[in-house]
Parts: sequence; C-alpha cells; structure tokens
Amino acid sequence: MSHTLAPIQYAPTALEGGAASAAPPSLDGKQEYTITVYTENQVGLLNRIAIIFSRRKINIESLNTSPSEAEGIHRFTIVINETEDVVKKLCRQIEKQVEVLKAYFNTNEEIVWQELALYKVPTDVITEKVIVERLLRQFGARAVVIRQDYIIFETTGHRQETEGLIHALAPYGLIEFVRSARVAIIKASSGFHDKLREFEAYQPANDVSQNEFLGKRSEVFSM
Amino acid sequence: MESTLIIDEPKTVTNHSSLADASVWNNKAGTTISGSQAVLEAFIAEGVDTIFGYPGGAIMPIYDALYDYHDKLKHVLVRHEQGGIHAGQGYARSSGKVGVVFATSGPGATNLVTGLADAMIDSTPLVCVTGQVFAHLLGTDAFQEVDVINITTPVTKWNYQITDAAEIPQIMAKAFFIARTGRPGPVLIDIAKNAQLQKFDYKGYLPCNHIRSYRPKPIVRQSYVEQAAALINEAKKPFVIFGQGVILGEAELEFKAFIEKGGLPAAWTILGLSALPTDHPQNVGMLGMHGNYGPNVLTNECDVLIAVGMRFDDRVTGRLDKYAKQAKVIHLDIDPSEIDKNVKTTVPLWGDCKETLPLLTQLIQPAKHTDWIKQFRDLGQKETDKVIHKELNPAIGEITMGEVMRVLNELTGGNAIIVTDVGQHQMVACRYAKFNESKSNITSGGAGTMGFGLPAAIGAKFGAPDRTVVAIIGDGGIQMTIQELGTIMQTGVDVKILILNNRFLGMVRQWQQLFHDKRYSFVDIQSPDYVMVAKAYRIEGSSIDQRTDLKAALETMLHHPNSYLLEVMVAKEDNVFPMVPQGRGVSEIILSKEEL
Repeated sequence: MSHTLAPIQYAPTALEGGAASAAPPSLDGKQEYTITVYTENQVGLLNRIAIIFSRRKINIESLNTSPSEAEGIHRFTIVINETEDVVKKLCRQIEKQVEVLKAYFNTNEEIVWQELALYKVPTDVITEKVIVERLLRQFGARAVVIRQDYIIFETTGHRQETEGLIHALAPYGLIEFVRSARVAIIKASSGFHDKLREFEAYQPANDVSQNEFLGKRSEVFSM
Repeated sequence: MESTLIIDEPKTVTNHSSLADASVWNNKAGTTISGSQAVLEAFIAEGVDTIFGYPGGAIMPIYDALYDYHDKLKHVLVRHEQGGIHAGQGYARSSGKVGVVFATSGPGATNLVTGLADAMIDSTPLVCVTGQVFAHLLGTDAFQEVDVINITTPVTKWNYQITDAAEIPQIMAKAFFIARTGRPGPVLIDIAKNAQLQKFDYKGYLPCNHIRSYRPKPIVRQSYVEQAAALINEAKKPFVIFGQGVILGEAELEFKAFIEKGGLPAAWTILGLSALPTDHPQNVGMLGMHGNYGPNVLTNECDVLIAVGMRFDDRVTGRLDKYAKQAKVIHLDIDPSEIDKNVKTTVPLWGDCKETLPLLTQLIQPAKHTDWIKQFRDLGQKETDKVIHKELNPAIGEITMGEVMRVLNELTGGNAIIVTDVGQHQMVACRYAKFNESKSNITSGGAGTMGFGLPAAIGAKFGAPDRTVVAIIGDGGIQMTIQELGTIMQTGVDVKILILNNRFLGMVRQWQQLFHDKRYSFVDIQSPDYVMVAKAYRIEGSSIDQRTDLKAALETMLHHPNSYLLEVMVAKEDNVFPMVPQGRGVSEIILSKEEL
C-alpha cells in the first residue's frame, strides 16, 4: 500500500528559511518566544488558553501539552512569534485563567528545545543506495521500525535540522513525514524555580519563590 | 479525636472529618438527594435569596425541585433569558451579592451570551446554571443541544459542565467562590439532565475557600506602596481617577479617606460613579468621551496620575499616544493583567484596593492642592457656561434630557438607584445624576448593551428592595427588552421607568451628524404608544412633551405606589457634549460641534 503513495514534494527554499528559530528579533521587534504554562488537568482548558491567542489573531507556531513532573499538573509549551510586550500581556491573560498555576516566557537563548520527527522511507531505496544510509548517519537518525516495504526513522533536533533531513531524503522517495511540537527546558540550573523567582520579582505573587502548591494533590479543592 | 491526637500520625483531612466543621452546611447531609436538590442546597448555603430564570426541557428537574424550595428561594420568572441575566446583573450591582440565573439548554443558554459578555467586561459576579441534554446525548445534535461550554468560554470567568451529580456540591462551591472573589465575574455551570435527576449520597456542603491554581488577590508589595506614596508626596498636580474597583472592593470609605488626606482631586469612570458622593468637594467629575471638560483636559497636565480600580478603557483614554504622557502613573488594580495593558505604569500597585488604599493613606502627607483643584473648577465653569447651563435650564424649545435629570435630582435628592440603558440618555444621566450612596449607578459600561436597562432595573429592585429604582431608557433600548414589562406585571416589583424619547437612535444619529455628513442611515426609529403598552401590562403611565408638566409628571411617577412608566418627549436632535472625538487625545475635547 505504501508504494502507491507518491513521494511528498518539498519546496527547496524552505531549508534556508528553517534557520528562523535562531534568528534575532526582526525589524518589527518580533521574535520566537516559548511560553510555558503549568495548569490543572481540566477539560476545556486547552480551548481557554487557545482563544487567548486566536482572539488577538496571533498564530500558534507549535503547541505541546503533557503531564509535568508534578502529579496532576500539566505543562503547556507554546511557541509564538511576537514582541516582548505582547508576549508579556499574553502570559498575564493566561495566568488569569482560574486553572492556570503559572505562565512564563523565554527567548530561544534561554532554553534548550527539541522537536521529534518521524520519516517513512521505502526499504528498497535505502538498501540499494548507500548514500541514503550515509545521510541518515549524518543526521543522527535512528530506525524505529524496519519492514520489508518501508523503514521509519526518527530524529530529534531543531526545526532546521529535521527540515534538513526531509530535503536530503526527498529525492529518494520519502513516503510520509511527521513532526512533533516543540518541547523545551530552561537552561538555568534550577530551571522552573529560578525562572519563577525572576518572574515573581515583577509579578504579583507570594514573595516565596517556589510555588507552594506544585506537587500537592491535597491542595486541590474537593469535598 | 482532638484530645487523643497522636503526634507522629500524619495529619490527613478527609471529607468525613470536614463534615464536623462549623462552616459546613449540614442540611440533608448523610441522606440521598438528587442533583437538582444539591444545586438548591448549595444556593441556600451560599445565602442566595433570589433566582432569575426561565424553565425549559433540559432544566425541568431543577425546576421540579424548586417547587419544594419556593419558601426559601424566590424565583423571578422573566420573559426572555437575556432579561433574566440582565436582572441578575442588576441584582448583583445593587446588592453586592452574587446574581443567580437559570436557563434551559440550547436557545435558553445562548440567550445568556450577551449578558455574560456584559457581566464579564463589567466584572459582575454571577452564577448561571443552564440545563443540558442527557450526558449520553452530548455531541449527537440532540434536541436543544448546544455546546454551551465552548460558546461561553470567552465570556465567562470560569465554566464547567457537570455530568455526574456527585460533583455538584463541590462545583457549585467553586462557582460561587470564583464569581465573587478577586476581580468578580460571571460563572456558568452546565448540568446534564441525568445529573439533575441522579440520586447520590450527599455529604453536606462545604463552601470553597481556595483553589490551588487561583489567587484571587495579588500579594501587596510594601515597596510599591512606598514608591507610590513618595510620588504622591512629591507631586504638585496629582490626579486620582477611579473606577468600579472601589465599589467591588467595598473600599468607598478607604478611598474617601485617601483623597481627603492627600487633598487629591478625583474623577470617575461611569462604572466608578457613585463610589464617591457626586457633591464631594474633591469630586471633579466624569472621565472619557462624554466626560467633563476639566478632568479630560487636566489628565494631560497632571504630574502623577493615580488610577484606582479602573482599566483605562479606550472610551476613557481616547488616543493612547496622547494620553497623560507627561505623568507618572500609579495603577492600583486587583487584576494584574490590567497593569501595563493599555497605559504603562510607573508603580504597579496591584492588590485589593481595600488593603492598598489604607497603606497608601498612611504614608502620604496631608495636603490641600487648592490651586490645582481650582484649575478643575475653572474649566468646569467654562463647561457650565458653554454646555451645562443651557442643557439643564433651557428657557424655550423642546425638553432636554439634561433638564429631566435636573428635576429628577431635585425630587430624589440623589438617593435613588439610577439604572440606565445605553446611548445618549446614558451619557446625560451619568453626567448629571446626583448620588449620595455607593452602588446606586447601574449601567452597561464596557459592553454597551442596549436593552440592559429595563431588566437590570427589575433585578436592582430585588437586590435593594428598600430603595427607589429609576430606569432611564431611550426609545431604542426600551424596545429591545420591552417584554420584561411582563415580569414587572407578574411580580409586582416597583420600578419607575423613565423613557427619554427623542424619536431617534440618538447616539448613532449624533455620530452620523458629526462624522458622516448628516447622512442619517436607519436611525429614525418609530415607537409604539408606550403608555398603552404599559397599560396592556397593567402598569400605569403617562407621556408628556411640555416643560410645564415635567416636575409634576416626575413627582407622580416617583410617588406612585407601584411601577410607573413615564415617557418624556425630548429634543429630537440634541447632541451630547463635551466630546472627545474618536482618534483624538483627551485634551482635544470639544464643547460644541463648531469646534470639530
């Protein structure tokens, strides 16, 4: 079945544009910001957060949501291209939501981030053409599934890296490609808590730098 | 248990032990009750006395339960769900309590949306309960099924759908806590019909006192209080602007003490109106597009601008790049997202103004600022000469809205609750109404919802039954929710309805005259015979168009033992001035159309 799928075509110029994630603020002051949000795990909250962006006609470049290190607390990672002034206001609007514990933002310099990409390639091409194998090595790809008809490779990296492998594989019949949202972690050694301290210097919260509620399921109001 | 506590044993709080807590509402605890009963038990525990609502298929189990609670909970049957929610808003604004509204699923719930948006932007605490189809029918396009949660998400502070009755006590507790704490707002709880019918083991009702992800009040920073006080103490021309935050925070006395000690002139937004008596010597008037001349002009001359519980709406600021650029700005607000949203602050004094104002008052030096306040009075005199005098005391010609307000003030002495709709009459009423007490001015501010006036006045009277409630409404707005005359008829609630009829959608007409070459596009609105309409609803009324009849007619209205409708035919093409035309700075305010 996979052989009936036409190889996906990619515009060759996209590779050059792929470096945007490391770009400094553009002339209009916009740059990539990664917003991290800690929330309760509640139906409908994704919509509440999403409409804060859509109401202001701001496009979300990437969005990931999954459980955090604290039990019962979810972590959103949202990437947008905006000015600092706008991203600051957005964070306050997000934090205003009842079920949001904390929202803060980082520039790309302040974080380490990755995206995961999966590539489905016809097995016959891979086995025939040595260059493909070399390409995969060069991009640090790992095989996840190996079948007679196709092989699925996986890479992690920045947008331009995963994009790079697409372009390298395109001539050899890439059957399917998918990329995950960005996940990001703060560079500073104490991570979240350090960032909180910095934020709370300008934000109206307890002087206590640590969020005393994180990790306390018993602090959830119940009857 | 308290005498034999073993130190080493980890202290756990269970639902069972919390039942012993005095704050738990124990009525029916330990029995099996329906979800519907649990909703009503929650209301009683929260001190609700009045519900505004309209029944329908998906909320019938709750209405069935209400049948047995009619001695404890008053239900006001409105004529349209929009009327219900506006009445809930009026109730909340006049009483300071949470307004409670019922509507059924589908169209019943969508009819609440305008009121939710209005309550959201005007920070009015509401708990709305909507019925929903059975949980197993969700998402099947069932009869009267609408995705209420997603429709109302942008216009609610919080909303939640209940499909299991056991959740009801906890969710209702959260709903009331969220609606009334912090910056208040509307909460909507959508309850599937199966949960309303479902019987469950009821453990009692525990009011909510915290939610771990929600901090209603930001922590006050003493350093910001000190910085703010230092700025005020150094200021030569300090200027206070205040909004509804003073009323919502019940900080009227704290606010008065603050401006009196500092000798600070204070101007209000229309939602802040009545927080400070209108004849207070330091009250310098109204801000914004149709506000007073002095406060608008001097906003761009003050050296320190102290904003208390207001959000720098564009109708207050005019063009932002021409707004108070010379001033250092101190912003007191309970909602941190308001700080720096529109106007950059020098000192962000977040917190509940009930707490921050006394801290600030303590640190400021007693001052008078006599010359500075005189500047407001001098500009006020100019406004009186050019606008106010002829508006309030016309000798000839048709009756003006302003003179109706002057006579009304004389008769009420400033002790009535004035509810307004939206438009020219609203601006005139807010400009000229006299108020002695807080929570007396009820109007749709941020949303500008025409049709708000009549139902809000009904709710206001239920919220403050001992006070006179006058609803001032234009000939456009009254026709949007005129069906609520039926609610007045049925409940016998005493609301004085004052229609200022200029036979135009006046505010739009004013803009068309000033900015669209007098091309009057669909603003010529016809009215029914309001006195006959009122009569059909068994409400007495009269209509006047002569100046000589004005005082007697208003007296008749105010002294009438029940509701009364008075229509006053006012000048057709009067404009509201002063005006800050859109796109201009506040100091570019004009006093007449010749200055445009």
